[in-house]
Amino acid sequence: MSQIFILADFAGDKCTKTTAELATAASRNASVTAIVLAAPGAGATLAATVNHGPIANVLVVESADFATHGVAAAADAIAQIIAQKSPNAILIASHAYGKEVAGRVAVATDSGIITDAVDVAADLTATQLVFGGSTTVHSKVSKGVAIITVRPNSIEADLSDSTPAVENLSLTISDAAKLATTTSSTPPAKGGRPELTEAQVVVSGGRGTNGDFSAVEGFADSLGAAVGASRAATDAGWYPHSHQVGQTGKTVSPQLYVACGISGAIQHRAGMQTSKTIAVVNKDPEAPIFDLADFGVVGDLFAVLPQATQGVTAQKS
Amino acid sequence: MKIAVCVKQVPDSWAEKKMINGVLDREGVDAVLNDLDEYAIEEALRIVEAHGGNEEGAANSVTIISMGPERATEAIRKALSMGANDAILISDAALAGSDALATSKVLAAVIKNGGFDLVICGTESTDARMSVVPAMLAQRLGWAQLTFASSVSVDPVANSISITRTTEAGVDAINAKLPAVVSVVEKINEPRYPSFKGIMAAKKKTIDSRDLATVGVSAESAWSLVADSAPRPPRAAGVKVTDEGNGGNDLVKFLTEKKFI
Repeated sequence: MSQIFILADFAGDKCTKTTAELATAASRNASVTAIVLAAPGAGATLAATVNHGPIANVLVVESADFATHGVAAAADAIAQIIAQKSPNAILIASHAYGKEVAGRVAVATDSGIITDAVDVAADLTATQLVFGGSTTVHSKVSKGVAIITVRPNSIEADLSDSTPAVENLSLTISDAAKLATTTSSTPPAKGGRPELTEAQVVVSGGRGTNGDFSAVEGFADSLGAAVGASRAATDAGWYPHSHQVGQTGKTVSPQLYVACGISGAIQHRAGMQTSKTIAVVNKDPEAPIFDLADFGVVGDLFAVLPQATQGVTAQKS
Repeated sequence: MKIAVCVKQVPDSWAEKKMINGVLDREGVDAVLNDLDEYAIEEALRIVEAHGGNEEGAANSVTIISMGPERATEAIRKALSMGANDAILISDAALAGSDALATSKVLAAVIKNGGFDLVICGTESTDARMSVVPAMLAQRLGWAQLTFASSVSVDPVANSISITRTTEAGVDAINAKLPAVVSVVEKINEPRYPSFKGIMAAKKKTIDSRDLATVGVSAESAWSLVADSAPRPPRAAGVKVTDEGNGGNDLVKFLTEKKFI
């Protein structure tokens, strides 16, 4: 049986659902080992949270360098693990950190890389949705170890309990990976809402909000959703850039995407059109976003959203 | 200080893109300078302007480096018209369809021999959207990687650089000794529009065109292969209602049917 290693994904000191998604994809024709990169002394605590999904083994590497030398140190460790353990593939979450780690590992091990896969088959053929989700591509790494990054929320995770065997591995991070030093780290401010790229439901606002996101936020909160924004809204300073959905912002693929006061420029569609269900609220019946909508309301979002918020709240209580 | 800015000519993001034989069709669409690279050019210009400028004869310079077909000179002229000093274009038929690994290999070879102190890139190209070339460059060059920067400050005397890295994972302060590879996010600055004077000046600036033999890198077989690609079927038409006082309730009804509530 082949062996696939995944890089366990953490939010703070807890393993994320993304880890189980990676494990699910990896387990289709392989035994899965999750790599846990931890600060000295923290490995056991982190490893203990890697307990969902088809994971047979956990490989813990402890080093203070992961916090101070970021991407380069993580990539150096993974390249060393590949040299020692020869896995058939490495699966990593497709976010900024994960993609950069994967890129460096690919160079270090002279291996092919595929990013932003939405599925990985048993023979390691990766499915990608490119050009803003308008085209499906199947491809395969043809050199070295297959390095594949997988988009969070794309694969239905097997979340069954698991009790993987834990192995500790001692590595020395090379000096070449210590050229940049992180002197301070601030986790993202928690607004009580889920993270945009991992949320099951996203409610976004655009030009139609006229700078007032209260109706969008109210509806998002009633659904337990993350809040997104179009580039028009973030460029106008109405909402933080970190919430921008689209070609130059985040790509989201939630179960439900609600676009409010967003016309649907191709750049915005590129960031959201792989959402499973799309609902639209827009005053302009000709807005191109309606072409994507499973359900569209032609109307003023300041009238429609408060009524919908009330309706959702009433049903939940 | 010598700064290199890596740029890419990409299909206009408004244009419809399609694949031919597993490779993006670049011939049939309008091509433009990658949006996100303009922030990298702007940041490079601001850094040299803060340390004595890049006029002819100054110790500072900004060089645009690009890999692509001959027509990429159009995008390069735009970069030059913003105020960069000169450019290097690596163009070779053997490079058609290159992925990030091949691109980073060629760019690294050019940068290594160029005497640069700093390389600045955008965070991604709007066509491939992999976001991995800056990290790959740092790995290949053995230089410090300071990526996803929302602010950059360079100290030429101490030969050091510090940035604020902003990603979904939070905000980090990172510093390093030069040389370094930096990528910048779009909120870092507001790219300037080329002035008329800049556009005229750009026509006289040198674009040093090189093929693979000049760069000293051989073309490699692909690290990954596309098996097939197909346009996704358009979404089936949905239901559209007009709000006549009940639009919010209609939306709730739909979400309930779909079990979102």
